Amino acid sequence: MIEVRELTKRYGSTTAVDALAFTVRPGRVTGFLGPNGSGKSTTLRMILGLHTPTSGSVTVDGRPFTDRPRGLRHVGALLDAGDVHGGRTARAHLAVLARSNRLPLSRVDEVLEEVGLAGAAERRIGGYSLGMRQRLGIAGALLGDPPVLLFDEPLNGLDPEGVKWVRGLFRRLAAEGRTVFVSSHLMTEMEHTADELVVIGRGALIAAESLSEFAARGRRLSVTVGTPDRVRLTALLLGEGAEVEEEAGLLTVTGLSAARVGELALAHRVLLDQLTSRTASLEEAFMELTADSVEYPAGDAR
Amino acid sequence: MTTLDLPVASVVEEPRARFRDLVGSEWLKLWSLRSTGWSLLLGALVVVAFDFGTAWDHYRYWFQYDEGSRAAFVANDMALWDAFTYNAALVLILASAAMGAVAVVGEYGSGLIRTTFTAVPARSALMAAKVLVVAAVQAVFGAVAALGSFWSTQAMLSARDVGLPITHPGAGRIVVASALLAPVCAVAGMAVGALLRKGAVSIVGSVVLLLLLPAVLSDRRHLTAVLAHATPLHAWQRLGDAGPPAEELFPWSAGGAWLVFALWALGGAAVTVLAVRGRDQ
Repeated sequence: MIEVRELTKRYGSTTAVDALAFTVRPGRVTGFLGPNGSGKSTTLRMILGLHTPTSGSVTVDGRPFTDRPRGLRHVGALLDAGDVHGGRTARAHLAVLARSNRLPLSRVDEVLEEVGLAGAAERRIGGYSLGMRQRLGIAGALLGDPPVLLFDEPLNGLDPEGVKWVRGLFRRLAAEGRTVFVSSHLMTEMEHTADELVVIGRGALIAAESLSEFAARGRRLSVTVGTPDRVRLTALLLGEGAEVEEEAGLLTVTGLSAARVGELALAHRVLLDQLTSRTASLEEAFMELTADSVEYPAGDAR
Repeated sequence: MTTLDLPVASVVEEPRARFRDLVGSEWLKLWSLRSTGWSLLLGALVVVAFDFGTAWDHYRYWFQYDEGSRAAFVANDMALWDAFTYNAALVLILASAAMGAVAVVGEYGSGLIRTTFTAVPARSALMAAKVLVVAAVQAVFGAVAALGSFWSTQAMLSARDVGLPITHPGAGRIVVASALLAPVCAVAGMAVGALLRKGAVSIVGSVVLLLLLPAVLSDRRHLTAVLAHATPLHAWQRLGDAGPPAEELFPWSAGGAWLVFALWALGGAAVTVLAVRGRDQ
């Protein structure tokens, strides 16, 4: 369990993280979403005590992580696949970590096997692809068999097979009762991975809820209606309290179900030639929520 | 589904944290890089080569010196000057300071430091282990370079019957002071690395601190002489001074020189250990 309380981090006049508060619970995969530069990595670093918060506090399983003299049995973390020395072999890199935490060297071979790097264990990391480094980072996180796992953008550089494997791994770790906290800037990555979501933008909390609750935000019903008698139908729909927009000869209705639109048309004998209901995707919900807090928008903001 | 019926994985069984695990880890970290062995080997060879070259020069041109110069060479124990030359000391300082700095900034440059401090949140203990391992390795490196120099130079000079045994008065002090110059400068390099955290800047900083500064400090004025005496290079020179007392404006004792060595080692270790506290990594 990770408890973040009013966490704030300022660098000079820039506020990277702003009074952030949320709880990450065990037994499920929690996605940590936000656009680039929204403060995800800074938050993860503060959870691990690498950065000191300007104010507020964060505990992992009830204690600040920095209180632990050795970390691997408490929290496994993959912050950046590049946080390794290219001159070491994968086995040497993991052996150094294992030795410092008094973990048996047999764990090194176990995790290398688990992430599929057993065959490349004696090769130097400098020659690894990004995907292989991600796997090595995940191996390092698993080394101490910890109850809490943090991953910063773990899917970067992985091939489709690797993505599928990582998702399965996260599910399994969560099913074992562990706390799994995974950051991403892409909703599509989280859609099939996370049970819970923590969404931030510009360092501030936007949402902390289950994936289904978050999805419901996006399911703002909209119905597309085609009719030769647009003026009359629009008046009827407005009378029912719906919002109506007209575009390319079609009406986009929000606030009424397709069934109700159909009933209304039948009762007033308005001919319909099209009636389609559509729901916004999770991605759209995410984009909509974070649109105001994108740090570096491309071109004009929507 | 509630969380209550899930197994609680939060109760962690953990053996007691031991400092020697950190030492073992740092030892593994140092030797798992191929560059470590090569740098040490190359450094020792260059240092010995500088000394041996000087001794060989004395051997080669021995009979071109006049009678008086040859007598002075023997009378003033000048064979000991060849045992560890000033140039060799400069090379040793450069090599050790750079290796010390790289032991720290190598982790910052690659980002490995975040992985390291996540595995070991007790940062100061980790840095203390690193200092211990680097100092020990450098002490052996310095001893190999100093003994190799002594043995090779005196063997060369013995061909002219002017080589001296290690039991000769002052010989042991030269060997020990030269050997210890390596760990002292390596720890100083680590301190600079821990403060500056950038590879190139740290190496330049170490060179300025340990080589340039002592070279520009004049011993003709009291203040600059005191500052110069406070540098490892001058302390080494004082300890290597086996002949009759030189005409110095501000003489100082060998004990003072040993103290300078000790303070640099302890101060460097303290800075390295404390520099990582409370800083964002």
